[in-house]
Amino acid sequence: MIDIVPFLEKVLSVSGLSNHETPAREIIAEAWKPLCDEMQVSRLGSLHALRRGSGPEPRPRLLMMAHMDAIGLMVTGIKDGFLRFTQVGGVDPRILPGQMVTVHGREDLPAMVVQPPVRLLPPGFAAKPVSMEHLLIDTGLLPADVERLVRVGDLVSFAQPPVQLGKSALSGHTLDNRASVAAVTVCLDELQKRKHVWDVWAVASVSEEETLGGAFTSAFDLRPDLAIIIDVTFAKGPGANEFNTYPLGKGVALGWGPNVHPALHNSFKDLAETLEIPIHMDVMPRMSGTDAMGVQVTAEGIPCMVLGIPLRYMHTPVETVSIKDILRTGRLMAEFITRAEADFVEKITWDK
Amino acid sequence: MNTNATPTPAPVIGAEQLELLEKLCNACAVSGDEGEVRAIITEQLKDAADEMRTDALGNLLVTKRGKGENRVRVMIAAHMDEVGFMIMEDNEGGIFRFDTVGGLDVRQLVGKPVLVGKEHLPGVIGAKPIHFCKREELEQTIPLETLKIDVGPDNAGKVKVGDRATFATRFTRIGPSLRAKALDNRFGVATLIELVKHAPDNVDLLAAFTVQEEVGLRGARVSGFSLDPDLAIAVDSTPANDLPAWDDSENISYNTRLGFGPAIYVMDSSTIADPRLVKFLAATAEANGIPYQFRQPGGGGTDAGAIHRQRAGIPSISVSVPGRYAHSAAGLARIEDWENTLRLLQAALSQLTPAVLQR
Repeated sequence: MIDIVPFLEKVLSVSGLSNHETPAREIIAEAWKPLCDEMQVSRLGSLHALRRGSGPEPRPRLLMMAHMDAIGLMVTGIKDGFLRFTQVGGVDPRILPGQMVTVHGREDLPAMVVQPPVRLLPPGFAAKPVSMEHLLIDTGLLPADVERLVRVGDLVSFAQPPVQLGKSALSGHTLDNRASVAAVTVCLDELQKRKHVWDVWAVASVSEEETLGGAFTSAFDLRPDLAIIIDVTFAKGPGANEFNTYPLGKGVALGWGPNVHPALHNSFKDLAETLEIPIHMDVMPRMSGTDAMGVQVTAEGIPCMVLGIPLRYMHTPVETVSIKDILRTGRLMAEFITRAEADFVEKITWDK
Repeated sequence: MNTNATPTPAPVIGAEQLELLEKLCNACAVSGDEGEVRAIITEQLKDAADEMRTDALGNLLVTKRGKGENRVRVMIAAHMDEVGFMIMEDNEGGIFRFDTVGGLDVRQLVGKPVLVGKEHLPGVIGAKPIHFCKREELEQTIPLETLKIDVGPDNAGKVKVGDRATFATRFTRIGPSLRAKALDNRFGVATLIELVKHAPDNVDLLAAFTVQEEVGLRGARVSGFSLDPDLAIAVDSTPANDLPAWDDSENISYNTRLGFGPAIYVMDSSTIADPRLVKFLAATAEANGIPYQFRQPGGGGTDAGAIHRQRAGIPSISVSVPGRYAHSAAGLARIEDWENTLRLLQAALSQLTPAVLQR
C-alpha cells in the first residue's frame, strides 16, 4: 500500500483556510493527477477528479468527498506593530497563546500568537483564559515593516510542522480534514490496480468549516448517485473517553444517523466484516457535522455514507491520527467501489 | 584605568555566535538536568579556560585568569537551566501526566509539541476537544491535571516517570529578531561563553554556568561561595512587556523594551543592585556609545539574589537581554540587544579596576 506520510506532511505544510484553499488544492491536484482520468476545479474552488468506470454508459456516479479547508485566523487590526485578529472556523482561544503561525501578508511572515502580560489586559484575566479579542500576533518585525506588509483581512494559518509520534501516529494542525484527503488518495491509488464499474469522482471540497459551500455546489455539479463523505471523528484520549469516542488506530468509524442512508451504512458494515477491517459505530443522532449535511440535501437528494477517522485533540495544532486508520479507510472505500454493481443504488432500499 | 590592561578583540554577534545560540536554545536542560547545555559549554571553552570543573550541584565553574597586579576577581553568572516539565505518571498507551518545573503559565501549554527525555522523543500536549467542553468550562483555564503529554502508542515504553520534557520550538531568525525557546537564559550562557573567550587581562574572570535558577537560585548560591569573587554580575534575560495595552492606553509597565539595549538592574524582588556597579555600568555604556536601559524596578529576580548574600557579602548587579514571552513555547528578542549586551559587558570587564568598588 502507498506510503501516505510524505503526502500528508506536504499537504499539512501549506495553508488553505476556508475559501482560500488554493495552496492545499495544488498539492492535492499534483498527487491525484496520475491517479485519475480528468480533473476540474469547481466555481468555488473544490477539486474534482474523475476515474472513469468500466461499465457501459451512462454509468452510475459515486462521489468521495473530503474537505480540504483549514481553520485559522484573520487580521482585524494593527497596533504598534502587533496584530489583532479573529477566527476562521471554530478556534478555541485557550489553545492560541504561544502558537506558531504564518501571517499571509504581502509576503508570508512567520509569527506567533501571544498572550499580553496581565497588566496590559482588562481586569479579571490574571488566571482566566484570555479572550481572542485581547490576544495579539507578534511578527518580530519593526512596526513600520508590519504596516507595510500586513493589511486588515490578511489570513493567518497555523504553522507548527507536523510531527510523527513513532511510526504509527502523526500529529499536526489541519489533520481535520487532510487526514481524510489522504484516505481518498489511498483509495485512488488502490483503484489503480482494480477494475470498477462506477465512475468515481474524488472531491477535495472547500469551506466545510464555515459554510459547507463546497459540499452543496460540488454535489450539485457532479450529481452523484451516492456519496461517501470522509471526515475525522473523536478518538479516545485525554478528556475524551465518552461513549461516542473511538480508540486511536483501532478502526474506521461508520456514521449512523439521519445524515446517513441506513442501507448504505449496512453495506459498509457487512463489507468491513467480510474484509476483517475493524470498525466502530459512530452514532450521530441529529447531524453529522460534516459535508454530508450539504450533499444529502442537494438537488433531489443524494444517499450519503459518512466515514470517520478517529482523531485526538480536534481543532488544536496537535491533532493526532493513526496512519493505519487512514489506510484502512482508503482501502475500505476502494473495496466498496470495486464491488459496487451498476444497479447498486436500485438495490438499496428503505423498507426491506 | 588599569595600566596592565591589554586590548582584547571585542566579540561580535556573527554567524558563529548565532549558530551557537541556536544550538544552546534547541538543547533541553530543565532545572536539575542541565547536562546537555553543560556539555556544549565544556566543548566551547575547553581550550580557552585555565580551569574548569563541575561542582556538587552541577554548576560548571570556569576560571580565566588575567595578568599583572590588582586584578579584580569578577564573577559572572549565567544560569543554564530552563523551565519545563517532568513526567509524573504513566497513563498507558503513550499518555503521561506531567507537572511543571519553574514558573510556567498553565494557559501557555495546551496544543504544543514537546520533546521528552534524553532521546528528545516527540510528543504533544493535548487536552479535551472544544466540542466536549461545556460553556462554563470554556470560561475556565484548562487545569494542569487534565493536560497530558502524548508520545503516541509506539513510544509508550520509551518514557519513564521522572523524565524531563521541554517545548519543541526550534530556533528561528525573523528579520531583526530571534524566536526560540529558552532564550531565558541561553542568551546569558552564550554571552558568558564569548566573554570567557575574549576575557581581558585586567580581571580574573570567574564564570559560573549555574544550575536550578528557575527553581530557587540554588546553583548561584553555592557557586558564589566557592568562587568568592570581589564582585558579581548575573547575565540573564528579562521580560520585555512592550506590547500595546488592551484599551490602547499608554503602556507604563513595560519592564524593558526591545531595541533599547541591555537592561541594567537597579532593583528587583531578590536584589538591590550595588549602586557603585549601577553607576559603573551606565557610565561604561555612555562612554562607549552603547545603548542601555534601566529595567523598571519591580518583581522578578536573578542569580544575583543568591550571590550578593553569600559569604561576607558580594557586591552584585544583573544585566539582561530583553526578551518577550519568557517561560512560554517561544520567546522573541532582538539580535541588536544581545550584541549591545555583549558589548557592554566586554567594555565593563576591560575597564574594571578595584577603584570601581571604592566608597
